[in-house]
Amino acid sequence: MLQIHQLHKSYPIGDSSLHVLKGIDLSVEEGEMVAIMGSSGSGKSTLLNIIGMLDEADSGEYILDGLTIKDLTEKKAAVYRNKFLGFIFQSFNLINYKTALENVALPLYYQGMKRKERLELAMFHLEKVGLAEWSHHLPKELSGGQKQRVAIARALAANPKLLLADEPTGALDTKTSHEIMAFIQHLNDEGKTILMVTHEEDIANMCKRIIRLRDGVIMEDTKVNQVRAEQYV
Amino acid sequence: MFDLDLWREIFQSINKNRTRSLLSGFTVAFAILLFAILFGIANGLKNTFKEAFGDDATNVIFINSGTTTQASKGLQAGRKIQFKNEDFNYIKDEFAEKVEFITGRIYRNVNASYRNEKNSYSVRAVHPDHQFLEKTIVEEGRYINQNDLQNRSKVVVIGRLVEEDLFSKTTALGKYINLSGIPYKVVGVFSDDGDDNEERMIYMPISTAQQVYGNNDYIDQINLSYNSKLNYDQALSFGNDLTRELKKRFSVAPSDQRAIRIFNMAEGSKNVDMMTFSLTVIILVIGFGTLVAGVVGISNIMIFIVKERTKEIGIRKALGASPRNIVSIILIESILITAIAGYVGLLIGVGVLELAGPSLEVYFIKDPGVSNSLVFGATVTLIIAGAIAGYVPAKKASQIKPIVALRND
Repeated sequence: MLQIHQLHKSYPIGDSSLHVLKGIDLSVEEGEMVAIMGSSGSGKSTLLNIIGMLDEADSGEYILDGLTIKDLTEKKAAVYRNKFLGFIFQSFNLINYKTALENVALPLYYQGMKRKERLELAMFHLEKVGLAEWSHHLPKELSGGQKQRVAIARALAANPKLLLADEPTGALDTKTSHEIMAFIQHLNDEGKTILMVTHEEDIANMCKRIIRLRDGVIMEDTKVNQVRAEQYV
Repeated sequence: MFDLDLWREIFQSINKNRTRSLLSGFTVAFAILLFAILFGIANGLKNTFKEAFGDDATNVIFINSGTTTQASKGLQAGRKIQFKNEDFNYIKDEFAEKVEFITGRIYRNVNASYRNEKNSYSVRAVHPDHQFLEKTIVEEGRYINQNDLQNRSKVVVIGRLVEEDLFSKTTALGKYINLSGIPYKVVGVFSDDGDDNEERMIYMPISTAQQVYGNNDYIDQINLSYNSKLNYDQALSFGNDLTRELKKRFSVAPSDQRAIRIFNMAEGSKNVDMMTFSLTVIILVIGFGTLVAGVVGISNIMIFIVKERTKEIGIRKALGASPRNIVSIILIESILITAIAGYVGLLIGVGVLELAGPSLEVYFIKDPGVSNSLVFGATVTLIIAGAIAGYVPAKKASQIKPIVALRND
């Protein structure tokens, strides 16, 4: 599903540069649910962003679903992001003047889907996250957990191969966090490959595999026994 | 090209961000409004000016005779100078190259009557060229012509108001009008851009007047216009030559200011030209200034808008928007707002001028207004400026890595 080989990335800071990723090797199979952990500055978000084509690596190989991702133009990256990837952010990143339904339909708009079709599909995904009644509300009228559920519905709308989550529970309280995790686990059960960055141990333990990063290299890569989130809800 | 969904996106963005849309629209509307009003007022001033000086031809010289104040060549002071036909012909021949139109004038006051209507009017007996010097507009019939002059015909061309006074509702053309006891045939009716007095005038052939009023060949005044190709300095020196030659002809002392008086419009027309020129410059500066202010305003707002939408751009890019999607949504939105706002500003501006126009005449502003093409051009300029001003930051924003845009809070 996803192979990464000797990935390097550094950021310029003033005159010098900060070497954030120092040769990452990683392989993820279809259907996995992986947590990337590490203290801040370990490079975990950078890795996720490169995987999400939101950022570009300096060197190394990145193959997604058999396709080498290299020297992308913005236009091509846009197509790949739309087709392969779904994003869930810590701060939800919903467009504030669009309703829940319109937010979910947006990736479909960029796919060129007809309005009626995409609204129907968006509604289907909203129902899936249990927010059908809230479809015509603006993000500001929703709670944090609801917003994240809208974001999940949006990430799923284009039926991506890979779901990327950057601290999906970072802005939520424990109870809501568990609700969201239960959702994500459920998606994984259905076969979706999921990659998430988190620094919370209990959230990481709800995944099937934990990768620990430190100073830009992988320290530890272990399979874990998944803790089901439902039991806390 | 026409993408309904794109337009839906744009209208939603405009509608849901009303403050932003209104603010940017206001800037544009205000710029166009100011442009229209300032330009209109400046045009109004120019109109007043044109009207004040535009009645008669401006390249005109009037020659009058008077009484000598100095003895010269054995002739005493106090001698009356009288122009005759030969003097008229002398000027016409001698300065043939420089003279465009030339006419003599004899003034008389007459009591005119037609049937029971009576009134007194001024008569100007003239040569045919007078029509062009005075910019007389012949409404009906014809003006005095060369035949009338040769045959000393008893014909007259009467002013529009003379016809109104004496002929009330009937037409004067072809009728006979009685001037101090002598009947004249009305061969034409004229109007004039000058005041009412000009339209209460009666013109007759100068030869007819010479025969009727004294059986001589006297001329009271000679008016001529010089070739419009002469520049200011040439026109002045032409006037001076004319004065010198005429003084020699009538044996008048060169320093005698009363015997032969020449009024050269060139002296005033230089000032008129300067004034018109500076008004035009002022108008251009005002117009250009307002436009520049408008362009700067739009540019600022566009930069602000793009900055404000950076995060939204990041989200859209993460969801699969191409740079082209991003640029077009921002650009079309800005063009749409500029166009609508510009049109509103134009309507208000023209409306204000229309409403306030009549009451501004006391302030020497007549018919303030702007040509539609001009304001249209100004609006298009602003739209293009807004598009360019929006394109640069929009393009830049579309190139930012989504991760950078998303980090922007």
